[in-house]
Amino acid sequence: MSSRTSILIVDDEKIVRDSLTKWFAEDGYAVGSAADANEALRQMQAQRWDIILLDIKMPGMDGMELQVKIREIDPQATIIFITAHASVDTAVKALKTGAFDYVTKPVDPDYLSHLIQNAIRQRALLNENIKLKEQIAEFPKLDEIIGESPAIQKVFELIHTVAKTDTTVMIRGESGTGKELIARAIHGNSERRYFPIVTINCGAMPEGVLESELFGHERGAFTGAQYRRKGKLELADQGTLFLDEVGNIDMKTQMDLLRVIETKQFTRVGGNDVLKVDFRIICATNKDLEKAVHEGSFREDLYYRLNVFSIFIPPLRERKSDIPPLANYFVGKYARAMAKPISSISPEAMDVLVRYNWPGNVRELENAVERAMVVGKPPAILPEDLPFQLSDKNSRPHTGSLSAVEKAHIASVLDQNNWNISRSAEILEIDRVTLYNKIHKYGLRKP
Amino acid sequence: MPISIINESALCDSDLRPTARVLQEIFAQAVAIERVDLNLQRAYDTSRRQHNSTALLAQILEHPNEHVQKRVVIVDVDLFIPVLTYVFGEAQLGGTAAIVSTHRLSNQYYGLPADPQLLLQRLEKEIVHEAGHTFGLYHCRYFECVMRSSTYVEEIDMKRANPCAACAALLAEQHPAPR
Repeated sequence: MSSRTSILIVDDEKIVRDSLTKWFAEDGYAVGSAADANEALRQMQAQRWDIILLDIKMPGMDGMELQVKIREIDPQATIIFITAHASVDTAVKALKTGAFDYVTKPVDPDYLSHLIQNAIRQRALLNENIKLKEQIAEFPKLDEIIGESPAIQKVFELIHTVAKTDTTVMIRGESGTGKELIARAIHGNSERRYFPIVTINCGAMPEGVLESELFGHERGAFTGAQYRRKGKLELADQGTLFLDEVGNIDMKTQMDLLRVIETKQFTRVGGNDVLKVDFRIICATNKDLEKAVHEGSFREDLYYRLNVFSIFIPPLRERKSDIPPLANYFVGKYARAMAKPISSISPEAMDVLVRYNWPGNVRELENAVERAMVVGKPPAILPEDLPFQLSDKNSRPHTGSLSAVEKAHIASVLDQNNWNISRSAEILEIDRVTLYNKIHKYGLRKP
Repeated sequence: MPISIINESALCDSDLRPTARVLQEIFAQAVAIERVDLNLQRAYDTSRRQHNSTALLAQILEHPNEHVQKRVVIVDVDLFIPVLTYVFGEAQLGGTAAIVSTHRLSNQYYGLPADPQLLLQRLEKEIVHEAGHTFGLYHCRYFECVMRSSTYVEEIDMKRANPCAACAALLAEQHPAPR
């Protein structure tokens, strides 16, 4: 039952109004009627009507004139003209002025039923379209990327410059600097914003899987391929393809990708049909691609294809002035999400945040603030709410003996990496056993 | 007698008894078959060469029967409402009267050999459908529900003669069976 849909019948013949009212009421529609244009306009002012059935010939203002007035009140109104005096001219005129359809009395009940259902479907699509456009409007705007430092201001300028073009963009920066956010901001400010941005994390997929993800596959292309599946390239048609961790693509897929970028054509895995696509590429990496090219693990021709316009996002430790606005932004975000009345960060806690090294960059800062919001008490976040206590070893210059400096440095790296031994050992460029020995030697303990 | 079937068609009353039993079962009301003299000519539209179903319903309402809650009239003539080319039937939503025509339910109308059994099956579904409207039921989207809207005869064949669980529950809620 379509009880939510409302239909207004405008006809000077009472018998037509009554019979249509009754017929639509049995379908569960909310039905109203008006005998003339003035009454119809009053009804339009009083409430929103989804579908308006409008008689063309009425005393006073006729249906054609009334349609113009109705559109002034509700430009989205779905209008169906209904008349006893059919003529090709009036039908053409009605449709040209934006009517959904034109029917002649008496109407075949089956036709009228389908016409109303089609009008409802069209209206639902229209509403869905409006909602989707509103969602698109929520793509990151340039002013929603937080930062005041000259370094991030330079990034804004670059986004602004490149967004309106169709140029391939390479975003570089350490893990957690917000490369995907920048990619979405570029897409959201581009002409392609009404089409999808399709993200593929090239680092998370083994060879073969990435190929299938990118190009899609035909049924039976490999064991387990029971159905034809569209790849990310097809899904990104008209939109943007965001290749995250592009430095991790295997050599075979690099070659295939290069061919697609050059020809804008590809075939699905196991297929023969050549598919044409139109997309913009934005890619991101935290790898030294130049080194990878030099070592032969990344194709030079692909490198030049991807590295047309480069945006480098500096690590958070190099733009400390961005930490307070970012931290305050995250406090606001989680206060709303958790409905918790914490509105600020105490000066002492902010000092800890600013002095910390942030190896995980903005992502780590967000996690730290989120955790502090969970454990903290209103009205402000205090130093003890933070997931780390910034010790002297992290914040002050190391003085004294060589062993004191070594102890402080090891403790700092361990703290920064949440006491992840493998990661800390990798950063310190020593093996794990040596790191365990040093921890034991200096009596370091996990907080 | 709460529900009355007024047989103004060429069918024998005995043909309608199974339908009366179905109505009784679905609506939990006693059902009788009666005859009332309707003036079909008064509802005839010469330009359309059809009978105005709303005008026929009005005739029924002109002669109320205080012993009956709902009345369903069966006629053989082709029915219309002014805005539509034809209707299989018409009912007062939540009211007391309904009308159903056998005219477009018959195979012969479509140039096919007569099938009296199929005609009775279609008629039964339409009677239950229009009676359902008088009990306040709207059209239902469930494919097999008798309250599904049918705008061509094949659609009537596809549905069953009884309401779906949701419509039956609504009916029971709005019209609890008399104790």
